[in-house]
Amino acid sequence: MRPSLDKTILFIAASLPALALLWLLPTGGLGVNPIREGMHYTGDWAIRLLILALAITPAAKVSGAKKLFRYRRMIGLFAFFYGLLHVFTYVVLDHFFDAETIIKDIAKRPFITIGMGVFLILLALAVTSTNKMVRRLGARRWQALHRLVYAAGIGTAVHFTLSVKKDITEPLIYSAIIATLLLARLLLRYELLPRLSLRSS
Amino acid sequence: MLIRIRRAGDVRESEITPEGLYLSRRHFLAGGAAAALGLSMNPARAETALRALGPLRKSGFSATEERTPYEAVTSYNNFYEFGLDKEDPAANAHTLKPRPWSLRVEGEVMRPQTLEVDDLIAKTPLEERIYRLRCVEAWSMVVPWVGFPLSSLLKRVEPTGKAKYVAFETLHDPKQMPGQNKEALEWPYREGLRLDEAMHPLAILAVGLYGRVLPNQNGAPIRLVVPWKYGFKSIKSIVRIRLTERQPRTAWNVAAPDEYGFYANVNPDVDHPRWSQAKERRIGDFFRRDTLMFNGYGDEVAQLYSGMNLRRYF
Repeated sequence: MRPSLDKTILFIAASLPALALLWLLPTGGLGVNPIREGMHYTGDWAIRLLILALAITPAAKVSGAKKLFRYRRMIGLFAFFYGLLHVFTYVVLDHFFDAETIIKDIAKRPFITIGMGVFLILLALAVTSTNKMVRRLGARRWQALHRLVYAAGIGTAVHFTLSVKKDITEPLIYSAIIATLLLARLLLRYELLPRLSLRSS
Repeated sequence: MLIRIRRAGDVRESEITPEGLYLSRRHFLAGGAAAALGLSMNPARAETALRALGPLRKSGFSATEERTPYEAVTSYNNFYEFGLDKEDPAANAHTLKPRPWSLRVEGEVMRPQTLEVDDLIAKTPLEERIYRLRCVEAWSMVVPWVGFPLSSLLKRVEPTGKAKYVAFETLHDPKQMPGQNKEALEWPYREGLRLDEAMHPLAILAVGLYGRVLPNQNGAPIRLVVPWKYGFKSIKSIVRIRLTERQPRTAWNVAAPDEYGFYANVNPDVDHPRWSQAKERRIGDFFRRDTLMFNGYGDEVAQLYSGMNLRRYF
């Protein structure tokens, strides 16, 4: 089966931030403390992709553009991919498998505990993202499992906000977007949000 | 008419690389080499643009470790008066006018004074002090400062018997320091030491680094350097030093008292709430190294804190 053009374009676009790293790293584009900068960079892209994934359902329902559902899985997998790069930066580049420090961090520091929890959720969702897994789990159980993405969204917002040293403006903006998207789902569920009936013909 | 006959070994003019390109190629190579070390190069901020200081005496307090490159020391700074990102001070600190500059020394002293910093530099014997700098964020550098002991200035103003602490203040002028328009911290930035800490020979007022006057982003024209404490104690661009009877307010302690104490001695056993302080990354290194008690200056300063609970007074 050949991938369709729109999905190919989406794949390339979502890969660009990771490809940019291959350019930024050897040219010193990440500055004199590249590991710390890389941590922020991968974290930023993970949260952006996660927001985009969370936006698909409400956007499709409100606008009636059902086509959007086609992209949800790929965007979700990219959110996981950037989360994986983020965790890789922390475990391998920053602490080089220093298990003692990492375990202590996870146990003692809420923002790292929550961050790791979010990563485990995204891992579970990525592993069960194939059609085969949907069939194996059954649609109901699969959907129940994938509702954990809401917890991942909230967890990501909390993780980012708690990790900042000073000036929480940026994490609060991301948190507000996530809150809006979750609220939109709630309103849609109880038919409190108008749906445009412009069906894509 | 001159007819040039080309000899076999001659280089055609078309083959000669124009000087500009040649230099930029060298630059490219230098940049590549620096990048391999994880350093960024910015030719616009050449150190030669700043006035050289000298003669400089060597100091027995100097570390023998490899110095962090000038480019890194001057491009990776925490100086919230010019923005919250590490690259902001180097980009924005050109608005600071470090000359002329007055430094007021007052409070519990017999002889309060207002000093012109350039005058002070001219009249004071300067030393090079190569110190480890440990940031509270768990990264570190080795910086060749130029300066003089803080104690020499304090002795000049003759502290009274009531003086127990030394309070420092950065310039407060949002026109020169645009970051002060945002309420990131309580302005002006304030720091403080106990008087015996301030009198310790390791505590210096720095007026330069790498043999030249301080670049603006590093706290021009005069800053404190207390190498056994986390970097935020080493207040930059000082306009006022005040001897006091009571422990002064300090900027980070006011902002987050559970995260940043008044003492802020480098201590691998007392974690920051959000990260471990046991290890640090030296800028340019891949692997973290162990953080040393008092940043490796324990032999000199540990007796200042004998009998104190350093977990409580962190």
